[in-house]
Amino acid sequence: MSAEARTTEGAIKVEGVGRTYVDAYGHEVEALRGIDLFVNPGEFVSLIGASGCGKTTLLRLISGLDKPQAGKLFLDGTEIAGPSHERGLVFQQANLFPWETIEDNIAAGLKARRVYKEKKKEVQRYIDMTGLKGFERTYPHQVSGGMAQRASLARALINDPKVLLLDEPLGALDAFTRMDLQDRLLELWGERGTTMILVTHDVDEAVYLSDRIVIMTPRPGKIEEIIPLSSPRPRSRGDPEFLELRTLILEKLHFVSRPKGPEYFL
Amino acid sequence: MSEKTEGRGLARAVPSERYWKPRSKAWVAAEGLSLAALLTVNLLMPTVQEVEDLPYRIAVSLGLAFLAGAIVVSIFNEKARSRLYHHAQFVFALALVLIAWDLVTEKSDLLPLPFFPSAAQILQVIVEDYEKLLISTAYSLRLLVVGFAIGTVSGLATGIFLGWYRQWGYWVFPTVKIMSVIPATAWIPVAMIVFPSSFGAEVFLIVLSVWSPVAYMTATGIAGIPKAHIEAALTLGADERFLLFKVAVPGAMPSIFIGIYTATGLSFATLVVSEMIGAKAGLGWYINWAKSWSNYAKVYASIVIMAILFSLVMDLIFKLRDRALVWQKGLIK
Ligand SMILES: Nc1ncnc2c1ncn2[C@@H]1O[C@H](COP(=O)(O)OP(=O)(O)OP(=O)(O)O)[C@@H](O)[C@H]1O
Ligand SMILES: [Mg+2]
Repeated sequence: MSAEARTTEGAIKVEGVGRTYVDAYGHEVEALRGIDLFVNPGEFVSLIGASGCGKTTLLRLISGLDKPQAGKLFLDGTEIAGPSHERGLVFQQANLFPWETIEDNIAAGLKARRVYKEKKKEVQRYIDMTGLKGFERTYPHQVSGGMAQRASLARALINDPKVLLLDEPLGALDAFTRMDLQDRLLELWGERGTTMILVTHDVDEAVYLSDRIVIMTPRPGKIEEIIPLSSPRPRSRGDPEFLELRTLILEKLHFVSRPKGPEYFL
Repeated sequence: MSEKTEGRGLARAVPSERYWKPRSKAWVAAEGLSLAALLTVNLLMPTVQEVEDLPYRIAVSLGLAFLAGAIVVSIFNEKARSRLYHHAQFVFALALVLIAWDLVTEKSDLLPLPFFPSAAQILQVIVEDYEKLLISTAYSLRLLVVGFAIGTVSGLATGIFLGWYRQWGYWVFPTVKIMSVIPATAWIPVAMIVFPSSFGAEVFLIVLSVWSPVAYMTATGIAGIPKAHIEAALTLGADERFLLFKVAVPGAMPSIFIGIYTATGLSFATLVVSEMIGAKAGLGWYINWAKSWSNYAKVYASIVIMAILFSLVMDLIFKLRDRALVWQKGLIK
């Protein structure tokens, strides 16, 4: 499918969504309260915020794996009723099937949708793209955490969803591989116009990739501010504008003003 | 013997090495000498019982010839050499035990006949009565294969169904649980009434002994699939068929195999007991028949054949498991 064909599809609307969990001690935890968010078709949005502010919860609600207690969620105007391959999810933990090889894990979506025969060739493409060549026949417990995460990313990408929900997909990777995969992700996004919703703790990553950055705060989890980024991609990481934005967002997250808060603890 | 005995809980000093005994020529020499002594004792010492020693002597000689062959091969082949060294102590001890057995039975009459025959006499019975034993083995094997196949397939079907559909599991699983603690042989009186033929009754008992552990472990395995795997499949577009057969069942395989080899052991016990009651052939029947003649050598002969047959079946099950669960290799342990 071409980018044009796609950019009219994949709009996400989140309307007054709230979600409260009851933890193991019977205490109520308000993971999300009053979330309103509209993501345009083909838009790249990052969610950023402290641990426990409900980022994973929001992605799970959009994916349909979880249901809100208040409010509604829509994909292209249709209410989200349950999980579907139209909304792919890359889990925070790689969550591969331990009984399948890396290759079969990546092909799982094609098999689940019964299009494996026609799209068999795709598998190798995504194996190459995520740098997993040579590990096709190994099992998940035999590869490193970063490789498992890349396989998990490939497994979601190969399914060509309308909306891709990414829960810190590059979290376990070294800086070099991470930047490489960010570029691959941008390439794919440009090619297909998939709507991307990315959770990240890495401000640089958010600034490098996003159309908009959504800053969230915890207890209860809500949206604090949405920052639009207008400069065209590919962006240069050393650019003064880039650095300025980065500082701005760190300030919003109340970290720059603190004496010694290491930013990767966000 | 089998390729992968590691999983069976054999204690090992060095986990990574299969052949870890001392690489000593002295032990190989002791092995050869002890086998030779075994043959010599049997040949030269006067026998006080009425026994045909020839098959036994041939068997021991074959053992010696096999050892000689292994020594020759080990000169050229490193793996054969490791194996030779590793087993030397064991065969040495085995030969000593056989010598002792020979001495307390046919060489001295120390242990009373007919209850404790010599090894030579057991072998003699196997050779002389091979026709009846062969037929008995075939009968037992047929019973085992038919009962095991029906039991495993129905157990899998029951387990998958009860593990997957909560509502059904809630109502029916307790039955499986109860059935799995009742030895199948307790149903013998019922089986004999319900089934017109003794073969039908025997198959039924084996099916029962296999069905309940397989159903039990399959159901718990399927119900215990981590939710995360199901969720991952759902976001990839899985339908129920895919969830069940490509996620739940493969994920439950380790548990299913625990059920299958529990069932294997139980099926052996059930087989022997059920053949002892109504059957007209089979290794269990043979034992009973021999006992009524007080021919204990024949009882032991049947036991020896069972040991070989059941070990082979067990090995086959373990091979299948190792193949089905390659993905677990190195994951647990
Ligand atoms: N299934 C659950 N049961 C109980 N509490 C939950 C559950 N899922 C999430 N929570 C709670 O909801 C809050 C938000 O969790 P969530 O996983 O969405 O945070 P997050 O922003 O993704 O955090 P992190 O950055 O650490 O991944 C947390 O306080 C968490 O303890
Ligand atoms: Mg999270």
